[in-house]
Amino acid sequence: MTQRIVIDPVTRIEGHAKISIYLDDAGEVSDARFHVVEFRGFEKFCEGRPLGEMAGITARVCGICPVSHLLASAKTGDDIFAVSIPPAAEKLRRLMNLGQIVQSHALSFFHLSSPDLLLGYDSDPAQRNVFGLIARYPDLARGGIRLRQFGQEVIELLGGRKIHPAWAVPGGVREPLTPANRDYLRGRLPEALDTVKRALAFFKRYADEHSDEVAHFGNFPTLFMGLVSKDGGRWEHYDGWLRITDSDGNVLVDGFDPRHYAQILGEAVEPWSYLKSPYYKPLGYPDGAYRVGPLARLNICSGMGTPQADAELAEFRQRGNAHGVVTSSFMYHYARLVEILAALERIALLLDDPDLLSPRVRASGGINKLHGVGVSEAPRGTLFHDYEVDEHGMIRRVNLIIATGQNNIAMNRTVKQIAQHWIHGAAAGIPEGLLNRVEAGIRAFDPCLSCSTHAIGQMPMIVTLIGSDGTVLAEVKRE
Amino acid sequence: MPRTLTINGQEISARNDQTILEAARDAHIHIPVLCHLDGLTDVGACRMCLVEVAGSNKLLPACTTRVQEGMEVRTDTQRLRAYRRQIIELLFAERNHVCAVCVANGHCELQNLGIEVGMDHVRYDYIFPKLGVDLSHERFGMDHNRCILCTRCVRACDQLEGAHTIDVMGRGAKSLIIRDMNVPWGESTTCTSCGKCVMACPTGALFKQGSTVAEMVHDAEKLAFLKAARERKVWNV
Repeated sequence: MTQRIVIDPVTRIEGHAKISIYLDDAGEVSDARFHVVEFRGFEKFCEGRPLGEMAGITARVCGICPVSHLLASAKTGDDIFAVSIPPAAEKLRRLMNLGQIVQSHALSFFHLSSPDLLLGYDSDPAQRNVFGLIARYPDLARGGIRLRQFGQEVIELLGGRKIHPAWAVPGGVREPLTPANRDYLRGRLPEALDTVKRALAFFKRYADEHSDEVAHFGNFPTLFMGLVSKDGGRWEHYDGWLRITDSDGNVLVDGFDPRHYAQILGEAVEPWSYLKSPYYKPLGYPDGAYRVGPLARLNICSGMGTPQADAELAEFRQRGNAHGVVTSSFMYHYARLVEILAALERIALLLDDPDLLSPRVRASGGINKLHGVGVSEAPRGTLFHDYEVDEHGMIRRVNLIIATGQNNIAMNRTVKQIAQHWIHGAAAGIPEGLLNRVEAGIRAFDPCLSCSTHAIGQMPMIVTLIGSDGTVLAEVKRE
Repeated sequence: MPRTLTINGQEISARNDQTILEAARDAHIHIPVLCHLDGLTDVGACRMCLVEVAGSNKLLPACTTRVQEGMEVRTDTQRLRAYRRQIIELLFAERNHVCAVCVANGHCELQNLGIEVGMDHVRYDYIFPKLGVDLSHERFGMDHNRCILCTRCVRACDQLEGAHTIDVMGRGAKSLIIRDMNVPWGESTTCTSCGKCVMACPTGALFKQGSTVAEMVHDAEKLAFLKAARERKVWNV
């Protein structure tokens, strides 16, 4: 008799999800699916709102990466205004996005995933969280919490608040940085750099000692997509050309204006999830599966553009395949740390730029185009905002393509690979630690389901065990 | 001839042409208001300024009730506080007010009153009416979702600008603020685009085009200045 295991809710991710594991007659894993069970509808209820409000409204998609939506929305407004924003405004937006990357990555690594890494997948679930981490590794936990705080402070000192600052607007930003705030951020940098370097040293040692996880946590060839800088194809987070490479390091798409994304990206819908599955059109669905986010950005770029991050990138690629491409989703954690380092180095450079204090930060403009697209790199990957407006700037249509959605196919393959590798003879019952590995595979992607389904919710997860006749044999729930 | 009355037990004197609201303000006694705006005539519509007057079974609006000799007024009783909170809750339930993404967030009289009356939640079912946004004017926009029908814009347009472009259509909660014979704002032939209605608006219903979240500051006090300056003829050209 075949069976289904359900993990519900999946914990320590952003949003609501469950995992179903299907067993065959022999009790071996035949398939596994990652379901996103929440729905929000931002694309619908933004219709009829004025363009000026869109940055503020879409920032409310998420409390973790409001800045990403704010910037993508403001850039869509720039496109509709058909203006080129003041240079200071672009630098200030970049600074805020770097702060966003630091705080979001720190949250993912230190608060959500390091309990698995440091305390062990099989440790007591009641202790396997950030509080257990504080009890056992107080220095690292404190460093991680303060690192996230630093990223939040960058956002707050620019936008007036940590969460949902309505600071980036079509045409630029509202306020420049003040000298006092610049000096404060400079003073906070050394500690932040020290924390991420310690975490990098720890993670490299861990990855070398846990080759089984590296080999089986979503390790498969896919395409990788992200923005790279317009000059030289370096790591990019705010504006650039779209590049798609494969797992052999071949470049499939390069120098592509991301505003024309619809020409190369399709969106598939599966009946068992609210999360859409975007794919690269020329290869079709599901062969056109691609990954976005830290792992993809490090795989596609020609370099990080800052010295310490470039040294780390070289080491990162040594852990990849023969082509220097890292295909294990487990290494998203590693890529996240390298990106924190790169972000901190770039923040240091930006803080020395006198432009940040310039009062000329906002271009005025009207409705000069009826269609606009804004693209930036959110912590979890490439984020597309696409609006159509009427001649008065009233929103007529909205399409949001969110990073987590673009990783949907890869996340499904990851849970299947982990379940097939670790779960055997499940009819006899499954140890909790094995189910936690399945969840941890999802956590490696740091998915934000609130964003990607535009849904409401906290973040619980369910794993269900399903027999071949469709009956639910077991369910593990966590609130 | 001055009048002597008590407000909240405090003896005060007032001119005989003053309202309870004016007399209270002169004595630094706070009475919440919403449809009142300095510089415009009062209509007593919102009922926020209701006060208790000894000898009267009815609650009376402070903005339109004249002071009388020996009047005993109470402005802050438990009964009044309950009604005021109820009024604010009903206003929130009646249309679609979403402070978090509103252009007037942080500069909104309705929001401020919600805080003042201690509205931690709304006890009534929201109506969620389907209402439009008019962005047809070059400089200004109107979002009926945020309109509380206080008619301050109607009065500012009529009494200060003299255009009377704006008026009210329909009855009760289904009333709508309109321009001319209910035409899109941008097509109004009488609107002078002076912006006084936008200044007068207590919420985010009237806003400057392109305003983003929390960016709309109304400058309502300029209207009182304008009226006073005209009456006193301070511009001797």
